[in-house]
Amino acid sequence: MYYLWVFLIGGFICMLGQVLIIYTNITSARILVTFVLIGVLLEAFGIFDPISSFARAGINVPIIGFGASLAKGAIGAVRAKGLLGAFTGGLEATAGGIAAAVIFAFIFALIFKSKTKN
Amino acid sequence: MDDKKRNEAYNKYVKAKLPKTRPWPSLFNSFLVGGIICCLGQGINDLILLWFPNMAEQTAWAYTLIVLIFIASFLTGIGVYDKIGKFAGGGSIVPITGFSNSITSPAIEFKHEGIIYGICVKMFTIAGPVIVVGIVSSILVGIVYLFI
Repeated sequence: MYYLWVFLIGGFICMLGQVLIIYTNITSARILVTFVLIGVLLEAFGIFDPISSFARAGINVPIIGFGASLAKGAIGAVRAKGLLGAFTGGLEATAGGIAAAVIFAFIFALIFKSKTKN
Repeated sequence: MDDKKRNEAYNKYVKAKLPKTRPWPSLFNSFLVGGIICCLGQGINDLILLWFPNMAEQTAWAYTLIVLIFIASFLTGIGVYDKIGKFAGGGSIVPITGFSNSITSPAIEFKHEGIIYGICVKMFTIAGPVIVVGIVSSILVGIVYLFI
């Protein structure tokens, strides 16, 4: 049943992105940056976890979740290691995603050819 | 004076020629595809926790995102993700799959410029700003939390 929440909230967040596209002709880089910032802010103000507890993938799969884990990592590491944590925590928490995106992009770029040019 | 008139006419012409996204269908499509991608993520997460019941929630999410990133990167490679993107607009950009697509897509596109200057440099044309803004803002948040 919680899949309904996942669908509704995930769909709603993505629709917000589409609203930005329609009314501001924003580029995809700006959209991603905007939503990452939203995620960082939601986590910083402690709003992310209450939403995440019922929205689950609905808010973790959108790039907002990426921003939230950056902030969550930084906050957690600051509590554990002090100032150094602010520098190490964010990337530590998101390293898996970034590294995965880089390695898969690299491999598939070696394998596949551009389709749009033909 | 003449220039001004010409510019106005030109702007009108451009506006008429620009592809119009009709708002309502595109909003619906982005909602639909975005929702489906999130449900797919939830499904992967549930499967991982089913197979590894002792896994921490945070770890399971990390694996879920890696699987989604892999799928999106592969679909970008075979040219399917672009087709989804044309239909879904924001629905294909906002999820983490859009982040993955934004790295793989230019990497493939600029492959002909070589491995270093093509693939390695261009893969961060869109993801670069995202990572920079993410790192900068998370460091600021961390420093704020140092004092509270």
